[in-house]
Amino acid sequence: MKLADVVVANYNLVLILQRFNIELGFGEKTVAEICKQYGIDTNFFLLICNVYTTANYLPTKEELANTQMDMLVPYLVASHVYYLQERIPHLENHLNRIADACKPTQGETLRKFFHEYKGEVEKHFQYEENTVFPYITDLCKGGKGQRYSINQFEENHSNIEDKLGDLTNIILKYLPGDIMPNERRGLVFDIFQLSSDLNTHSLIEEKILIPYVETLEEKNVRR
Amino acid sequence: MKKRVLLIERSSIIVEGITKILHNHTNFDVVATADTFDRIAERIVVAKPDLILINPALVDFSKRNSFKSAFQGSPQTPLVALVYTYFDQQWLKHFDAVIEINDEPQKIIDKITEVLQNSSDKTESSDLYELSDRERDVLIELSKGQTNKEIAEKLHISVHTVITHRKNIVRKTGIKSAAGLAVYAMLNNLIES
Repeated sequence: MKLADVVVANYNLVLILQRFNIELGFGEKTVAEICKQYGIDTNFFLLICNVYTTANYLPTKEELANTQMDMLVPYLVASHVYYLQERIPHLENHLNRIADACKPTQGETLRKFFHEYKGEVEKHFQYEENTVFPYITDLCKGGKGQRYSINQFEENHSNIEDKLGDLTNIILKYLPGDIMPNERRGLVFDIFQLSSDLNTHSLIEEKILIPYVETLEEKNVRR
Repeated sequence: MKKRVLLIERSSIIVEGITKILHNHTNFDVVATADTFDRIAERIVVAKPDLILINPALVDFSKRNSFKSAFQGSPQTPLVALVYTYFDQQWLKHFDAVIEINDEPQKIIDKITEVLQNSSDKTESSDLYELSDRERDVLIELSKGQTNKEIAEKLHISVHTVITHRKNIVRKTGIKSAAGLAVYAMLNNLIES
């Protein structure tokens, strides 16, 4: 299948191309050709496409076993970069303009709320990048990784979705109607989009990353 | 649209009979049945019933005062008792209606229709979603960063009551985090800064 057709079928996939470093302008190339060109395991690429396309899609154990997972961590890191360096600053810009139009005290509270949210997300991602991902990379190299176990990650995988949901409710329901309606419409739309993207991101971590690492852990113990 | 009924009953004779009566009436559909009270919370999420028909005998007697917590996933869904043995009237008050085993099919349909009518009247009113005065008081204290215990002492209510108010606030506003609630309080001029 042509990559262009895949993207037309689900436009959300535009977002994941960048996380694989695939540049637009790929012409008539097929998925397999593009994957080969960029050195991506085709099964892995399709796995991510499926998760983004089919609600509650879960790969079977056999599918996971037939998939090269070494791109998973780089993929997740690239997603983090996109959220932190593109989406969140974009939302923040919108929100700041709206806050400027509010009463000063109210605007300040909004700004503070978003600042806290941003801090939470940064902390969440940092923990994954500094603690969890290096552990996985080490496991892939055959390390025993005794200092840590993926169970700890499961327990500590904090919820960063609540505050974004709260922000949606605040902008949608509680901010006085006359404050920057156009700007707000855009902001609400962007928040929904980011929420859904982040939910899928968590799904990948919980339903694909964790089972994969558990298999690695078992393998390395048996060695 | 057909109304979705979840039936919780052990006797297959009764299940078949009720299902037949409801299906003969074009407005209803029995979307799921269960023969125990176990895992009912999960079933509700999947079946999304408009009404739950349940044999009260399946509720563990010692839990009869707290059995509604199993239906927390959809607190607005009316509960109708389906009885063919004697139950204390006090206990049956937990239900929105009672269907007796000897009721004529038309009477069963009437009772269910009435309950559904009442519940749709209720859910369409925004009163259910406006904060009560007490919930406002709790929200104001919460926004100041007070703990449940501090709020309980200040308002002369139990910690348990504070928690109930908090749950209702979250349900009504859709806002879960303390920081989000503080913004809500601010925008509604409940607090100064």
